[in-house]
Amino acid sequence: MAWYDLLGFGPKGWGLQLLIAAGMTLAVATCGAIIGLMIGTLAAWAKLSRSLVARLCADAYTTILRGVPDLLVIYLFYFGGSLVLTYVSSHVLGTSGFVSVPAFAIGALALGVCNGGYQAEVLRGAYLALSKGEIEAARAVGMSPLLMFRRIIGPQVLRYAIPGLGNCWQLCLKESALVTVTGLVELLRQSNVAGRSTREPFLFFSAAAILYLVITIVSGQIFERAEKRAMRGMRRA
Amino acid sequence: MDIAFLWSTLLAILPGVPTTLKLTAISVFIGLFLALALAAMRLSGHPLLVLPARAYVFVFRGTPLLVQIYLIYYGLAQFSVVRESLLWPFLREAYWCAILALTLNTGAYASEIVRGGLQSVPFGQIEAARAAGMSRLVMFRRIVAPLAIRQALPGYSNELILMIKSTSLASIITIFEISGLAYKVASETYRYIEVFFVAGLIYLSLNFAITRAIQALEHWLSPHLRPAPATPLLNELKAV
Repeated sequence: MAWYDLLGFGPKGWGLQLLIAAGMTLAVATCGAIIGLMIGTLAAWAKLSRSLVARLCADAYTTILRGVPDLLVIYLFYFGGSLVLTYVSSHVLGTSGFVSVPAFAIGALALGVCNGGYQAEVLRGAYLALSKGEIEAARAVGMSPLLMFRRIIGPQVLRYAIPGLGNCWQLCLKESALVTVTGLVELLRQSNVAGRSTREPFLFFSAAAILYLVITIVSGQIFERAEKRAMRGMRRA
Repeated sequence: MDIAFLWSTLLAILPGVPTTLKLTAISVFIGLFLALALAAMRLSGHPLLVLPARAYVFVFRGTPLLVQIYLIYYGLAQFSVVRESLLWPFLREAYWCAILALTLNTGAYASEIVRGGLQSVPFGQIEAARAAGMSRLVMFRRIVAPLAIRQALPGYSNELILMIKSTSLASIITIFEISGLAYKVASETYRYIEVFFVAGLIYLSLNFAITRAIQALEHWLSPHLRPAPATPLLNELKAV
């Protein structure tokens, strides 16, 4: 069979499956990045806080996550999570047997925990780029911390952080390929399956690589636009 | 905490450390030459050299490393040309496939670091070197390289740590380095949390050692940024 039949949408083509799997990759990476943004915001806030305990915890988190391979984190969440679930279900619910965690949820969570460490540094840097006068002014007009975060800090931090967050997203997207070890049918696993059953692994892994590149290019464009939009009120040298 | 189990796990995983270090060292070493070549191509200004280098860096930085590993390990073997070539004894082995993928990957990332370092050399320095009549080679050795290396070192230390972490992907294609051994021990004992905890500690200490070593190198390479030590001799000279 010719390569375009194999990659096409005909009866023997894998095109549709690959596109669905690419959607799955996009979904798990997006969920991971959003979880990472939440964890990263918390960690950045802890790093900037006055409390020594919070700072130490956040520093430990970013140091550990940047020093340990993401694959180990995914293994730990996947197998460790299954162990915990099995323990809970046998002791609380009284069931017997192995309970495995849902691959999508645990994959997104593991990606988020890995990515949060990087995002925390980006957000911290963006916060430090904010001029102190604005925060002082917000305090002076009597804004509550929450209102100040919503009106003054949040929008500006996001503006400065867009380029860095874009890098984090690209990392998250590439790391999402590792979720393949949990058995989630994302792009890499689907192309592996297709490559094995058609004995054309090179073709399908190349197709996967191209799809990853397409996602990278498109999301890069989106981030560039977002940056332009967010910076439209700024004077640039 | 079961200290005895953690200890026996540590002993079971430690034999993977040399493999991890070898994978990193070989691919970083070859990758550095690749990076230099790519950076030179990027900076040559000739479109026939610039475009391929840009495309290479874009493709290898834009796709997951695991896809690259699969493409080389599973993908290349489907071609009979590859199977009959002289390289087959290497490409048949997961170990060399992992090294090839890691090398190609780090080459792309490191070339950007090298390029940044080279571009950071102030033009005045190069002008002065030219004015002093240095040949290109002497200029590179005495002026450009030292300045560029110092500038690129922090970025390169990040890349080294990323590489140590990336070698864990080799475990997916059956290589028993730290992660591979940890996975084996974990699936034999069903004590995933403790085993991966120990493996994580090993990676952390490796990365800590590397960070420290590079920091020491940076310190050694930038004596001009350190405050002058107050030696007795200097004080005597000042007194005179």
